[in-house]
Amino acid sequence: MIFFDHVSKIYNHHSAALKNVTLRIEPKEFISIVGASGAGKTTLLRLLIREEEPTEGKIFLDGLEVTAVPQNAIHHVRRRIGTVFQDYKLLPLKTAHENVAFAMEVAGRHDEEIQEDVTEVLELVGLKDKMGNFPHQLSGGEKQRVAIAPGLVNRPDVILADEPIGNLDPVHTREIVGLLQRINELGTTVILASHDKEVINAIDRRVVTLERGEVVSDEEKGKYLV
Amino acid sequence: MSAITFKRILKSGYLNFRRNGWLSTATILVMVLVLFVLGNLLFVGAFAHTVLDSLESKIDVSVYFVPTADEGDILALKQELESFPEVVEVSYVSREEALAQFRARHQGNALIATALEEVGENPLEASLNVKAQDPSKYAAISTFLAERKDPLVDKINYFENEQLIQRLGAILETVRGSGVLIAFVLSFIAILVSFNTIRLAIYTMREEVGIMRLVGATSWFIRGPFLVSGVLYGSIAALITITLLFPFTWLVAPKVMVLVPEFDIFRYFLSHLVEVFGILLLSGIMLGSLSSVIAIRKYLRV
Repeated sequence: MIFFDHVSKIYNHHSAALKNVTLRIEPKEFISIVGASGAGKTTLLRLLIREEEPTEGKIFLDGLEVTAVPQNAIHHVRRRIGTVFQDYKLLPLKTAHENVAFAMEVAGRHDEEIQEDVTEVLELVGLKDKMGNFPHQLSGGEKQRVAIAPGLVNRPDVILADEPIGNLDPVHTREIVGLLQRINELGTTVILASHDKEVINAIDRRVVTLERGEVVSDEEKGKYLV
Repeated sequence: MSAITFKRILKSGYLNFRRNGWLSTATILVMVLVLFVLGNLLFVGAFAHTVLDSLESKIDVSVYFVPTADEGDILALKQELESFPEVVEVSYVSREEALAQFRARHQGNALIATALEEVGENPLEASLNVKAQDPSKYAAISTFLAERKDPLVDKINYFENEQLIQRLGAILETVRGSGVLIAFVLSFIAILVSFNTIRLAIYTMREEVGIMRLVGATSWFIRGPFLVSGVLYGSIAALITITLLFPFTWLVAPKVMVLVPEFDIFRYFLSHLVEVFGILLLSGIMLGSLSSVIAIRKYLRV
């Protein structure tokens, strides 16, 4: 479903963030991309949503060559991919409800449908009483739940989670990981980038380890040993 | 773009405007300053026009006739001059009227009154005062009159004042041209200030633009709300500016009339209220919307 075909990303002619990475991710997989800071985890995810372009190689999403999609059509690809970031990336002038609804509005869904689904999913993630709150009025864990909620309501093909638990305490970390696993059970491919050893090992799913931009290991029920 | 998307863009633009209170206020205030300058440029233009017209109207050519000239012949020449397209007006001053005007101008002067008594008869001549459309036409009119070699004509005063009239005409043209240039430069500066203000406002929201792009919003879905906010900034700024111009023109009017009694800026403003508001509103909306569209392009490019 997702195929990185000999992908490299080199900055300033000599600094390689990724080197000749070949990686295939099947539909409905839950895969953890692990490695130290600077290993290339974030770069890998940014290439998939075309926030950056590879220096070499190609990237495919369900047979579609993402790297060849024209700039004015890339939004179609991005609508199939949900994203969760360490810094939440919520729209500060929109309430929790409006932030979750935004992803659906972008996809052209109707107001009644949005109202119903968003309310339901925010109740599901335990934010029923905070739907009208703005991001600055939410805790870190609550913000992350708002960031993940579109993944539950929109059912994108893929969710990219880039260090989503980096700023959270253990309780909220378990909540967020639990939500990601739930989204995966509903059929969405989840790619989790993290350097949190305990969390990755607890998930007990496929682990791909990056080191200085290269894939050094790829195990089905892998462990993060570094 | 569907109706639903359009509605969402309008709503999002309005909410951004409302929820970013301080930023919106600061942007509007800067635009008020810009529109205030533009509004006053309109008044300065009208003021300059009045002054220049007034100066121009004071230039004329006088044709003096010999004391024996028949009034009927003078009036016939008057009619002939009035038929020229370059001539705006010809006024006849008879010898008696000239004497009466002379006595009125010098009524406190005993010496002149005595001199007139001594002379006995009316020493002044009848004249025709010719006003042309613009100063450049006087040379042709005066040449026509001189070439007629009319025995009734004693003197044409254009040739004595030819240099002065030509110089005044050149000054008037230069002032008009400079006025246009100054207005253009000030307008350009105003546009730049407005553009930079809105660009700054959008810069503070660059992260949001990035987030919207990540979610898969189209360029117009992202751009639209900023365009709506830009229109709101411009429209509200225009309303505030037109409100401020009421007391401003009322206060300034008496001072301006000391210099140029013919120009009442407050009355001018009231009589052109709809046009002034229309220009300010259109300028505000165009400045706000175009600035937004141009400023956000940078963040949509990647």
